[in-house]
Amino acid sequence: MNALEVAASVRAGATSAVEVVAESLERVAARNEELNVFIHLDAEGALAAAARVDERVAAGEALPLAGVPVALKDNLCVRGQPTTAGSRILAGWRPPYDATVVERLAAAGAVALGKANMDEFAMGSSTETSAYGPTRNPLDPTRVPGGSSGGSAAAVAAGMVPVALGSDTGGSIRQPAALCGLVGVKPTYGLVSRYGLIAFASSLDQIGPFAATVAEAALVLEVIAGHDPLDTTSLPEAAPELSSHLDDGVAGRRVGLCRELVEGADPEVVASVHRAAEVLAGAGATVEEVSIPELRLGLSAYYLIAPAEASSNLARYDGVRYGLRVDGPDVEAMNVATRTVGFGDEVKRRVMLGTYALSAGYYDAYYGQALKVRTRMIEAFARAYARVDTLLGATAPSVAFALGAKTQDPLAMYLSDVFTIPTNLAGEAAVSVPFGAGEAGLPIGVQLLGPARSEARLLGAARVLEAGEGR
Amino acid sequence: MARLSREEVAKVARLARIALDEVELERFTDQLAQVLEHVADLEALDLADVAPTAHPHGLANVVRDDEVRASLDRAEVLAQAPDVAEDRFAVPRIIGEAP
Repeated sequence: MNALEVAASVRAGATSAVEVVAESLERVAARNEELNVFIHLDAEGALAAAARVDERVAAGEALPLAGVPVALKDNLCVRGQPTTAGSRILAGWRPPYDATVVERLAAAGAVALGKANMDEFAMGSSTETSAYGPTRNPLDPTRVPGGSSGGSAAAVAAGMVPVALGSDTGGSIRQPAALCGLVGVKPTYGLVSRYGLIAFASSLDQIGPFAATVAEAALVLEVIAGHDPLDTTSLPEAAPELSSHLDDGVAGRRVGLCRELVEGADPEVVASVHRAAEVLAGAGATVEEVSIPELRLGLSAYYLIAPAEASSNLARYDGVRYGLRVDGPDVEAMNVATRTVGFGDEVKRRVMLGTYALSAGYYDAYYGQALKVRTRMIEAFARAYARVDTLLGATAPSVAFALGAKTQDPLAMYLSDVFTIPTNLAGEAAVSVPFGAGEAGLPIGVQLLGPARSEARLLGAARVLEAGEGR
Repeated sequence: MARLSREEVAKVARLARIALDEVELERFTDQLAQVLEHVADLEALDLADVAPTAHPHGLANVVRDDEVRASLDRAEVLAQAPDVAEDRFAVPRIIGEAP
């Protein structure tokens, strides 16, 4: 059952949230050891929460996600539940508050089963940098699920839950969605509250949904979006209406097939994007080729800006207030011992890279220059959106790759995000939708990009592609 | 710009409060140098007249009325700390012994 069917069935009393959650927990038990999807499971708490949902339904509450089991990326705080962000430095930590998205899901009747694995502090594109071991792709367990929200993607792809939440700083929702054959949404910056999301790069981070279908992703996004006074970067408006626009179609819309968002991708991925363009044209859109050369600078700007922000955000892990402490003779020795033991290699690389980019003598050449490139990228997107409504490209350069294939070569791993990064730098919206298959029948994702607050239009276009694939 | 040196990596590691052994220093220097070579494409750009963007929508300070509100529970917060003394976070010695 998908999330819409579950919620309708629970609301109608045809099934109970407790039954739905119990079945979901059985599917987790069947494959979690093999795939390493959930790094913390709260079966008892989930069943108790489901029972409360059943009581609320019986009392007449109309809950949009009644009884829908969800997986939460482990960088989302849940009060009293282990929350590690995939890092040893937060092993055993139990947050004293809930993230806003966690509260909103619960208010809507969803039931969180537990915490999904992720690259440490969301730094990675394969879920292999987690201190708790890699997650495997349910579609081919010799391959990665993508990352950094790989556990959330795998939970949905393995049928454990119909929907999950991830976070996307440079592609961490869209790339694993593509590699696991799912819909993944990176919302406009500020649309979804970041309160209770463990920070990686605060000007880029955004929470969003994974689902098997566009309609489910739209519903979850409607529930979690909307102003939150607890996040100073939250947009002022209420959540947008998305579900009611899913069947708007693309007739009369202008779509730009973007050269820089396919160049360098595997031929089978490029072919999928071109076929997607044909489907959109067949549904009445005008498709033209566009070029935005500034997008080629995205990767470089991102790998200065994101580590710079991370080096500042991760300074809080000092062994004083929460998380790991490794003792030392004085405070500084304790700080160093704690961080040296607590952080994995990828986190150390990025913290050092960011510290370097911000350091005296290099600030202007690296960080300062990257911020100017960011301005250029925003202007270039704006010029493109004066001509077209939506951009079309690939989500990831290839289908899911083998475990271990890129762990020794950080730069090769970083290139996994080359098509997704520009959207984060611009603070805009993008959706990855499964479209076609490549090597060994593995799914390919195509990406639809739009300006800020274009989610309804993007999801409508994604629905056209989904229908074009017979779903 | 000159290739990143081991000394520079050792310096940023110190600033970031991370200890590296010789093998790690070698490996991280190599990997970080590769990333910096990749980002060198930005150095060549003439962006003198371009304003920097630190945040996608610009940031305005947000204030609320100064009213007393519930805050996090002190016991719950302190229960998460590695070491606590007299309802405070406890840390190892900060100042050396008096001479």
